[in-house]
Amino acid sequence: MDHLNAVGRSVLRPDGLAKVTGRALYLDDLPEEGCWHGATVRSPHASALILSIDPSAISDPDARVLTAKDVGPRNSVHLIHDDWPILADGRVNHVGEPVALVVAPTLTRARAAARAIKVAYETQKPVLDLEAALLGDPRTGGRPHLLSKCDVERGSVDAGFAQADVIVEGEYSTGHQEHAYIEPHGIIATPVLDAASAFLGVDVVGSLQCPYYVHKALTYLFGLGDDAIRVRQSVTGGGFGGKEDYPDMIAAHASLLSRACGQAVKIVYERQEDIIATTKRHPSRVRHRTGVRRDGTLVAMDIDVLLDGGAYITLSPVVLSRAVLHAAGAYSCPNVRIRGRVLATNTPPNGAFRGFGAPQSLFAVERQMDKVARTLGLGPFAVRIRNAYRQGDITPTGQILKESVSAIAVLEKALAATRFSERFAANESARAGRKDDGEPLRGLGVSVFWHGSGFTGNGERRMMSKGAVRLRSDAKIEVLSSSTDFGQGTEGIFRQIVADACGVALDHVVVHIPDTAAVPDSGPTVASRTVMVVGGLLARAGAKLAETLRTFAAHQSGTAPAAVVLSNGFFETERGRTPFVDVAKRYLTLHGPLDAVATFEPTPGSTFDEATYKGDAYAAYGWGANVVEVEVDPDTYVTRVTKLTTVSDVGHVVHPVMCAGQVEGGTLQALAWGYLEEMKMKDGRFLNDRMQTYLIPTMADTPDMETILIENPTAHGPFGAKGVGELPMDGGAPALLQAIENATGISLSAIPATPERIFEASRTQDRT
Amino acid sequence: MSATYRFTLNGRTAEVTGAPMARLLDVLRRDLGLTGSKEGCGEGECGACTVLLNHEAVCSCLVPLFQVEGASITTIEGIAPDDKITELQRVFANEGGAQCGACTPGMIVTIKALLDRHPKPTRDQVREYVSGTLCRCTGYERIFRAVEVLTGQRPAEGESAAPIEGAARK
Repeated sequence: MDHLNAVGRSVLRPDGLAKVTGRALYLDDLPEEGCWHGATVRSPHASALILSIDPSAISDPDARVLTAKDVGPRNSVHLIHDDWPILADGRVNHVGEPVALVVAPTLTRARAAARAIKVAYETQKPVLDLEAALLGDPRTGGRPHLLSKCDVERGSVDAGFAQADVIVEGEYSTGHQEHAYIEPHGIIATPVLDAASAFLGVDVVGSLQCPYYVHKALTYLFGLGDDAIRVRQSVTGGGFGGKEDYPDMIAAHASLLSRACGQAVKIVYERQEDIIATTKRHPSRVRHRTGVRRDGTLVAMDIDVLLDGGAYITLSPVVLSRAVLHAAGAYSCPNVRIRGRVLATNTPPNGAFRGFGAPQSLFAVERQMDKVARTLGLGPFAVRIRNAYRQGDITPTGQILKESVSAIAVLEKALAATRFSERFAANESARAGRKDDGEPLRGLGVSVFWHGSGFTGNGERRMMSKGAVRLRSDAKIEVLSSSTDFGQGTEGIFRQIVADACGVALDHVVVHIPDTAAVPDSGPTVASRTVMVVGGLLARAGAKLAETLRTFAAHQSGTAPAAVVLSNGFFETERGRTPFVDVAKRYLTLHGPLDAVATFEPTPGSTFDEATYKGDAYAAYGWGANVVEVEVDPDTYVTRVTKLTTVSDVGHVVHPVMCAGQVEGGTLQALAWGYLEEMKMKDGRFLNDRMQTYLIPTMADTPDMETILIENPTAHGPFGAKGVGELPMDGGAPALLQAIENATGISLSAIPATPERIFEASRTQDRT
Repeated sequence: MSATYRFTLNGRTAEVTGAPMARLLDVLRRDLGLTGSKEGCGEGECGACTVLLNHEAVCSCLVPLFQVEGASITTIEGIAPDDKITELQRVFANEGGAQCGACTPGMIVTIKALLDRHPKPTRDQVREYVSGTLCRCTGYERIFRAVEVLTGQRPAEGESAAPIEGAARK
């Protein structure tokens, strides 16, 4: 295990050539002969009673229509709480909510039939944002409609504030964000029918992150056994959390339609439908009250986290949990109180989006640290270095950070790489005497942040994920897991991890596609858990398989098992070496296929109490620091990001190029959330529901990037690897706002920092 | 309403009968089975459907069929002859230019058009020429670098390797 031949190398990803040649088949590229097509009738209202659904104007004799009464008794997406209807029953709670489904032999006919359906509504007054939600919701008798709450407390904030020299208060807010994966959602559901055309089950293929989520949703919906439902992932063109939960909904729709018409049914969303209907990042409002000593030492943090959950609970309780657990930032403070709540609004449900609540609460705490620094007359870096976690520090849940703590290391590296303090100070003093000569204003900003890898608290323990490897008849080792690749490179890194765990060459390892009929449930592909948690399971399964073969090789050659080593594709003994394939084939001939499975094992001594939110919230944390450099036009307040420097510790890096790609892509999403991506809403409808109006960064918006990876390994991941997917989403926005402040003297507490918002702030605040 | 249109597609003569206003993207994907070009937005914004029309990068979702009469069209399938790949594609894959891959066909086609004009482009030339093709995964840095590696302006970071069996689903 200590001899690495594959891990740490930037080898070609297994799907690389299929993707650059256009041969990779995404859902909409699959053959569709014989497929019928589904269309969805959606609510135009944010809150309304459904008075009637009238399909009588449909002239197409083949078209079938489904409404809530056709769904059956289990009309909910089976996720955390069963409150999210597959088809609205009696009332709608957001614009875009599915009300009826239509299927027809062609897409054109399905759409024509959907347009012919007349739905009569009686509209009600909707609750459209957090401000309104706090005032109360008619759905809950006029009280605020609480979807979830979560509190954390350590020490005594009252005692802490009593020791403080200064108390700083701040309020921060963030908006919706659309995932904007380039491939929109799509599902094909093929019914399994008996000779009498009775529905026995369904075979689903789709663009999705979590095949076993879809499997669970469909077995629940139809009340069928596990074997009746098969879910496979097609090549998936991006997810970012957006294909975590919503594929359950589309798969339910396509499967219901396939049951109704007895044909395979395809549903592919066009971009506008995708933006209108699917989940978004939770908007947030976070309040901070911070007690500090004159030298910048934190003594008390009182934090209130409020998220807009949208119309249904969906994943909000888990998003809130992660938001709360990251809300005090990468900082040590003896007295912390964090109160978290999710309120309902009549807007599309907000769900998983890279970072999963942490970017919102980290944005707030980082801006608050800037305010603390400004209030005390200290540099933004000085306050951060003074308080950032060191090994042995204790988090708000009482977790002792025993290993792999790099807050100071990433921060110092980022500051040094950008000559930060010198240039920050130069911008500050330049601002004082500057005339407006039309030249762009330059600024830079820094952030430091952390992100827990894997599920929160007891999540992994509850899930008890499995990973498996199999020695195939062609002597290849096949990786079996439900972890999906939707761009991150899952398939490639699993090959690398298993190759080194077994001691074989990379080309001896292949990865099975995620298919619930063939792979064990390794849990969902979310929460920065793929490398660390599932990769760890596969490394253990691989080591088990190698051990069996090693013992076999020893037995065959008449040596002691301890005298045989399997390394880089050869069984080695004192007498010589035998290729892996030869031994594997001999084993297969004598004993048949060989499987090895590993199941999640909690770290001994690690506990988390979900009632009190005390204990080890995450097995390991990734650490990051960002320095963002901007130019702001002094007349138009248009911001241009000119340089991005990231320093990340995600433990041992499995694939340097793909790891850097995760950091760079994630950080650009974070920056864009900070100044570019704005979802405007009117009467509960997203106004920018197209790519022409919802702007994601182009190459022209993109700065040059310097990506620095430092490796502080963890004992909890394979070869010391931690999670990387979400960390990059956490620090871009606050560093960007600090840079805008360094350039202009205008301090913003809400994102996105559009020119309009900067202009508005310039009129209402004294410049710093 | 239907008419027959003749054009050169990936170096071969093609003949398609269809509505004059049919989207070239649909003709390629549905009628001709060339599914490499992707539909990301259907309004010329994302560039995932980019093809070369007489050597110019265009969004095939915005090109009506009648407009390709007599023209030369190159799609991702025609960038490399037969089952080979070009150096651009090989380096793009090795250097991490493709993550989810949904933008990749449009990106490769656009970069090919860029390189035909600027064999050794500066980063700002790449920015300007390729900014019509959106990528949500990479943050573009690995795409810039792939072009720079290909044109000898930067050493490779990714390992060059032979194609491997397995998860590259076809």
